[in-house]
Amino acid sequence: MPEPRYDDDGAIASTGAGGAMDLATSEGETLERTPGGPLGTGPEGKPRSLWSDAWRDLRRNPVFIISGLIIVFLVIISIWPSLIASGNPLQCDLAKAQQGSQPGAPFGYNGQGCDVYTRVVYGARTSVTVGVCATLGVALLGSVLGGLAGFFGDGWDSILSRLTDIFFGIPVILGGLVLLSVVSSTTVWPVVGFMVLLGWPQISRIARGSVITAKQNDYVQAARALGASNSRLLLRHIAPNAVAPVIVVATIALGTFISLEATLSYLGAGLKPPTVSWGIDISSASPYIRNAPHMLLWPAGALAITVLAFIMLGDAVRDALDPKLR
Amino acid sequence: MRGATHARWAVCAVAVALTATACGGGGDSGGGGASGIVSASWGDPQNPLEPANTNEVQGGKVLDMLFRGLKRYDPKTGEAQDMLAEKIDTTDSTNFTITVKDGWTFSNGEAVTAKSFVDAWNYGADLRNNQRNAYFFGYIEGYDKIHPDSGEPTTKTLSGLKVTGERTFTVKLSQKFSTWPETLGYSAFAPLPQAFFSDHDSWLAKPVGNGPYAVDSYSRGSQMSLRKWDDYPGSDKAQNGGVDLKVYTDNNTAYTDLTAGNLDLVDDVPASQLKNVKADLGDRYINTPAGIIQTLAFPFYDDAWNGPNGEKLRTGLSRAINRQQITDTIFQKTRTPAKDWTSPVLGEDGGFSDTLCGDACDYNPTEAKKLVAEGGGIPGGSMRVSYNADTGSHKDWVDAVCNSINNALGNDRACVGNPIGTFADFRNQITQSKMPGPFRAGWQMDYPLIQNFLQPLYYTNASSNDGKWTNDEFDKLVDQANAESDTAKAVETFKQAEEVVRDQMAAIPLWYQNGSAGYSTRISNVKLNPFSVPVYDEIKVN
Amino acid sequence: MGRYVIRRLLQMIPVFFGATLLIFLMVNVMGDPIAGLCGQRQCDPATAAQLRKEFGLDKPVWQQYLTYMGHVFTGDFGTAFNGQPVTELMASAFPVTIRLTIVAICFEIIIGITLGVLTGLRRGRPIDTTILLLTLVVISVPTFVTGLLLQLLLGVEWGIIKPAVSPEAPFNELLIPGLVLASVSLAYVTRLTRTSIAENARSDYVRTAKAKGLPRRRVITRHLLRNSLIPVVTFIGTDIGALMGGAIVTERIFNIHGVGYQLYQGIVRQNTQTVVGFVTVLVLVFLLANLIVDLLYAVLDPRIRYA
Repeated sequence: MPEPRYDDDGAIASTGAGGAMDLATSEGETLERTPGGPLGTGPEGKPRSLWSDAWRDLRRNPVFIISGLIIVFLVIISIWPSLIASGNPLQCDLAKAQQGSQPGAPFGYNGQGCDVYTRVVYGARTSVTVGVCATLGVALLGSVLGGLAGFFGDGWDSILSRLTDIFFGIPVILGGLVLLSVVSSTTVWPVVGFMVLLGWPQISRIARGSVITAKQNDYVQAARALGASNSRLLLRHIAPNAVAPVIVVATIALGTFISLEATLSYLGAGLKPPTVSWGIDISSASPYIRNAPHMLLWPAGALAITVLAFIMLGDAVRDALDPKLR
Repeated sequence: MRGATHARWAVCAVAVALTATACGGGGDSGGGGASGIVSASWGDPQNPLEPANTNEVQGGKVLDMLFRGLKRYDPKTGEAQDMLAEKIDTTDSTNFTITVKDGWTFSNGEAVTAKSFVDAWNYGADLRNNQRNAYFFGYIEGYDKIHPDSGEPTTKTLSGLKVTGERTFTVKLSQKFSTWPETLGYSAFAPLPQAFFSDHDSWLAKPVGNGPYAVDSYSRGSQMSLRKWDDYPGSDKAQNGGVDLKVYTDNNTAYTDLTAGNLDLVDDVPASQLKNVKADLGDRYINTPAGIIQTLAFPFYDDAWNGPNGEKLRTGLSRAINRQQITDTIFQKTRTPAKDWTSPVLGEDGGFSDTLCGDACDYNPTEAKKLVAEGGGIPGGSMRVSYNADTGSHKDWVDAVCNSINNALGNDRACVGNPIGTFADFRNQITQSKMPGPFRAGWQMDYPLIQNFLQPLYYTNASSNDGKWTNDEFDKLVDQANAESDTAKAVETFKQAEEVVRDQMAAIPLWYQNGSAGYSTRISNVKLNPFSVPVYDEIKVN
Repeated sequence: MGRYVIRRLLQMIPVFFGATLLIFLMVNVMGDPIAGLCGQRQCDPATAAQLRKEFGLDKPVWQQYLTYMGHVFTGDFGTAFNGQPVTELMASAFPVTIRLTIVAICFEIIIGITLGVLTGLRRGRPIDTTILLLTLVVISVPTFVTGLLLQLLLGVEWGIIKPAVSPEAPFNELLIPGLVLASVSLAYVTRLTRTSIAENARSDYVRTAKAKGLPRRRVITRHLLRNSLIPVVTFIGTDIGALMGGAIVTERIFNIHGVGYQLYQGIVRQNTQTVVGFVTVLVLVFLLANLIVDLLYAVLDPRIRYA
């Protein structure tokens, strides 16, 4: 019998479809087709990089434009929510509890008599912060660990791969419930920290796979033969060519992190007041879904649109970075 | 083709798994229960179902159906009446002679004797048996030997308990306690059959008691079927064929199941559904006062909350809470704004007073602002009201209380809710004196006496004095009241003590909680007792 | 093959111990569970100490872990706070969750693959775009919102299903909860199948099959589908473990007394033994599912051989 065609680990399938967790993204799709070569040749015969090719594609992709616009809008209102909401999200009058849409309060009032519109606008900041920070943390930790495992191979790889498996084995929501139920901080950092802690294996596996692929390229072998140091090899030659799949998965993961925050809040272990968050609002509105669905539907809608925007962006980026699909 | 063979194998394996689990499923899952049987909502009891080990409502429900003690609290008035007790005599409020009625047996046929009680109480008090309610036996002489604060117990019996005949035994207390017999209706004092001691595991799997129902089957964590015990000797025989208690993951789902016709009785209608109750159930909804009061306690171990003018600050906060609006809006009138620190179920004679708190419980934003300022303002300018977020709808009312305070003080960050993930963590922070500010405190009475609303909560170092409040005058008055043999005088003295609580605002009384329940058209004559537990034995199936 | 399986099994050992240790430490971070057992009162110190001793909580964490693992290998998963052996809880919870998972997987296979094939063969057409967008929407809406809405509409307003699942949890009551549980994965399966089909549709062997005049149906079922489903099968395989552990939300909404419910209860009551026990089994399921998927991979794709 011939040896397996893949690396010594043999975990072909689980590497490919590791996104089975709740953070699942379509990295299963991505990994099957890790972009190999760094160079493409444009119609004019002038060598163009994968990146400029991708950018050219993206600019013409309506999905990218729409999701990009939504995200830019979200970022702006996260920074200056008062631009479009003049009220105070913490100002509530119980006398108005559960009232529906009316002049001055287009989305109506919630169970505490707070203005739903103002809270939806102010909630964007929390969700975007959680999503962006968790994604950055996961991408950084995951690609460093995964990259090291892929580059050095052997002992390093075995240890890091097992570590990845260990963290992968813990159901994410469960881990969140356990770790966050005793946290007393009112900031978003414990939630972000937990997501990084349990989310990195996903990126790590991808980074490892693409570093292994990149490592085998001729130009890397050539650079090594010329006596390039390990750090130079990694940073100058391998990383730029291995980063594409990581970016794709990270963008999609951003959406799932935002969704995960809401789920944890629903289970009572997410963020705490006075932080204004869609998750908290959806959670406290959910028992009232029969009588006052507006209290739930507006923040849930905002959440869904935000998640959708990031997933669509990730989708568009993947299509652009994947030469095989052109 | 090798692949195809393997694929076929996989299909077969899946098919086998499917049928296997399908068979495992089995059982009838139909409608609202078999004929004559009431199906009712239930929560998974936290502790093993032993009488002296059950300290929460869900386990209490079952014990109430399975056991009858020496006394029973009248389901209507809450008054302690003789049940198995023929007589309880005392001359000095310390030595009691108890005679058990003749003719009572457990549902396995064993007679209920004086020994059934004494053995059960010794078991409950013994440290080695880990009974959560052991402290109920703390008034009996010899408790410190069988349940020492540290080290191993040196005896297996309470020296204050003596069996003097087939149906008589004597009890010696370690101090005077004139109303002690009134506490005997609590489930911890129930008698136990010999099977409990000889084959404990199978007793736990299928408890045997002397009440109007017997356990038919019990699958822990999901359902308990209780059936009417036909030979029950008491006068309160079950009016229905039995009760199926079904565990629900949350009370919203239970209510939904009731409206869908899959359940007969929900004894805890969630606040979020109260608006629908009229439309869904019409008059098949009951809302009756129960011996439960909700308060906000303060961390008196924290100097910031125990300053020289602290009582003004606390009274100011009390006056900043619009109780009427919150009970009307959040609780849809299933709670009543509190006027004192006890409960209306005690009645005027029992010590309840709707004027005792007076102005201090009246909503008045102007006065509130002034008092808080005189009291030195909220420590640090902002306070966090802690509550456990795992059960109940505490979040709704804590947020409403905070909004009310914020609006009254004109500062939207003066007060904010602080959810704590688990009840255990909440209790840990309390017992370790780590509460960052005021916190939720609720009290469900063990027995309907004013003493039970004051002493455990405000007496120096009492077991539920979570804020560690201490006041010499209060302690002195409580001691006086306990020694008083005349009930009316004792109640008056307790009320004087309660006035000290008011003047110092030891805890902010919020509201009295009602018991609420909804039921299906299949059943009638549904009532809740003063402990907010349905009176199952009186329910009739139409 | 045999050597490969043995190597994989050996690799599982450190992962198994690591994951159980991790969850053990996490649950311990939650603090002392005893205070929650005495209701609104302070546990009297003697009883609290006695309880701590009984549950082994008075020992250092590493010692607790070793004792626990020692017991696990004799089949003793400890006792829950209500006095019930954890194995008994497992015996009642796992069959329910396995049924729920089976329903979810069936939905993934039937709906997910059908839609995936449909869209993959009609890339770029309106139906493709519509379904693709729909899958995105399904992924974007959190499961608990989907679940609550379906429960309200189908269960309460229209009365089509029972809003709550009975303790026996037969298959027919688990249809909607299973759909909710599967929804996100279902969307992924659709997308995965679509890309895979689209990619393979342009491959040489399909072109050859068409060129030699095979009927379209035969080309799709015998040639295209078989090869395109390989990544889908691996995804579904690894999803089994995730579905079982991720059912906390679904089980809570629909009152299902399965693994998710027991875990939630265990966490809220800080019951170390229950949580660690259930997670240990879930980790095992996860690891075994991964192994089986890898082996299945070799079965489906004759190009892959393990040594």
